[in-house]
Amino acid sequence: MGAGHPNPPLPTPPKPQVKALNCPGCGAAIVLRSMGHAETVVCASCHSILDAKDPNLQILQKFQAYTSEIPPMIPLGTRGKLRGTDYEVIGFQRRSITVEGVRYDWHEYVLFNPYKPIRYLTEYQGHWNDISVCKELPVVEFASATYLGERYKHFQSADAATNYVLGEFPWQVRVGEKASVTEYVSPPRVLSSEKTENEVTWSLGEYTYGADIWKAFNLSGSAPEPIGVYENQPSPVHVDVKAIWKAFAAFAILLLVLMAGLDISAHKTVAFDKNYLFTSGDPKAEASFVTDIFDLDGHTSNVRVSTSANVSNSWIYLNYALINQDTGQAWDFGREVSYYYGTDSDGAWNEGSTHDSVVIPSVPAGKYYLRIEPESDARHPSIAYSVEVTRDVTVPGFFGIAFLALLIPAVAITWRSLSFERARWAESDHPPLQLSSSGDND
Amino acid sequence: MTQPVSNCPNCGAKIVFKWSSSVQTVCPYCKSILVRTDVDLQKVGQVADLPPDSSPIQLNTEGIYRNKAFVVIGRILYEYDQGGWNEWHITMNDGTSAWLSDAQNEFAVSFASQAPGLPASNQISVGQRFTWSGQNYTLSVITAAHYRGVEGELPFEYWDKTDVTFADFRTQTGKFATLDYSDEQPALYLGEFVEFDDLKLKNLRSFEGW
Repeated sequence: MGAGHPNPPLPTPPKPQVKALNCPGCGAAIVLRSMGHAETVVCASCHSILDAKDPNLQILQKFQAYTSEIPPMIPLGTRGKLRGTDYEVIGFQRRSITVEGVRYDWHEYVLFNPYKPIRYLTEYQGHWNDISVCKELPVVEFASATYLGERYKHFQSADAATNYVLGEFPWQVRVGEKASVTEYVSPPRVLSSEKTENEVTWSLGEYTYGADIWKAFNLSGSAPEPIGVYENQPSPVHVDVKAIWKAFAAFAILLLVLMAGLDISAHKTVAFDKNYLFTSGDPKAEASFVTDIFDLDGHTSNVRVSTSANVSNSWIYLNYALINQDTGQAWDFGREVSYYYGTDSDGAWNEGSTHDSVVIPSVPAGKYYLRIEPESDARHPSIAYSVEVTRDVTVPGFFGIAFLALLIPAVAITWRSLSFERARWAESDHPPLQLSSSGDND
Repeated sequence: MTQPVSNCPNCGAKIVFKWSSSVQTVCPYCKSILVRTDVDLQKVGQVADLPPDSSPIQLNTEGIYRNKAFVVIGRILYEYDQGGWNEWHITMNDGTSAWLSDAQNEFAVSFASQAPGLPASNQISVGQRFTWSGQNYTLSVITAAHYRGVEGELPFEYWDKTDVTFADFRTQTGKFATLDYSDEQPALYLGEFVEFDDLKLKNLRSFEGW
């Protein structure tokens, strides 16, 4: 940016500038990328931690590294753009916590920009977090912390150890160093405090998808699939479950109001009502007959046909046809009225009813008549029955279906959300109660 | 008062004070530490070579803080076991002076303040709380620092230091405080964290490749 720059700005970013030095332990080349920010730099060949501020790179610590050590997925020196700012990966470390005898390892990447505070990426089994240091202090209560007005739930407290380091660090890094780490979550964010003897550092992480990291750093291949559910991984249920139930309650109330309103406004006019007597085996009785003509008024609406019969341990079956006198349009349907009762070893019982009704939807207005063809058991005496036709009735069944249509997704979403949260909290200091048989017995 | 322009008693170079209240400056040529007296400039020491710099700020960097333009006119450089940081001395266009701290590109602006009953350096521990100017501060870090050097103009004499203890405080609202145990009496600085981009800095250092 010097004055009188002879050339226009380069169209592509210039290559990262590195300072070449040699490890005093093994002679391997050491590169420094962070423009004097590095306090320590690690020799990748002999695993010596070197004093980056010392021109002779004095050895501060040597550590054992296994050949099975997983190399960084984002190679040191890689530049990428995160949230609009260019960063270069300058350091990499593996840290771990041990909970109930099980060790959990994760990787941390140190990101550098000469004008910006250091930033970190962490990776655990394919789950990434983009982390920066907090300037404000969170308010800590017993099992929660509030930061910038947002409440975070305590997830885990453990001692984290540094196990492996690579590259350079703007602090005095050492293998074996421990810090007590406490994490609070409010997905997709995680609030962490790292406490050493002289310092408490708070940082805020935001869950980041591996694919976004791959894109930001232009990495080849594709990001490994995350395993399991991570502490601050956003739930696949994008909506607030509470909001769903609030909406459900609102719709249910709306349905009830609608139902009540329709019931009040329904005309429920009786268009036809007549009593008949059926005597089976009466040769004089016609097999079928037609009723008088009756009017169905108003707009196209439903029609209820109700049948009542004095059946008693007997049955009557009626073949109906509702016929429009003018157009000849007909609705055919059969109804059975049967009622049985008695007493057995379990006591009194009964089955069926002396009443039956059916609703025919969307019947246009007009002049109609019924054709009725009754049948019954010839052994029984005559059966008296009445037929009533009612215009424009309310059908509670429709509302039941609508209610279920609302209820089923709400229940499904809630279940999905709860099982995800259960998986999340199973890894925390506050696991949900075990439902499976693998309890404390073994 | 001394004239704004005088000469370095060591090398004769012209010394111009940018801020009338500056007490000390460093000759940009021979790195002599010069203290203003009533009549002339006195050499009190010599700045050793400063370590390679990592701060994007430099002398003459300009910026804006709370709608006031400021310019960087001096600095004190400290080191501690986890790194180094700069306290940049800035003067505002209304004549006030303040400090722009740069600890690994985490920036804070603070002003010298007064408060009764400041704790002694052997009375402090991480997590302690204090109330200054109606604001609650929590001690977040105690740093055993080492004075590393100075550059430019300062509002006080500061050159014969070695080990200095600092206590840094944070709040729930982004405010910031430092207790500086350089002298017998602790010095209190109150301020706040600032975002690099919000300072609208000009005349920044350039970094090759960035």
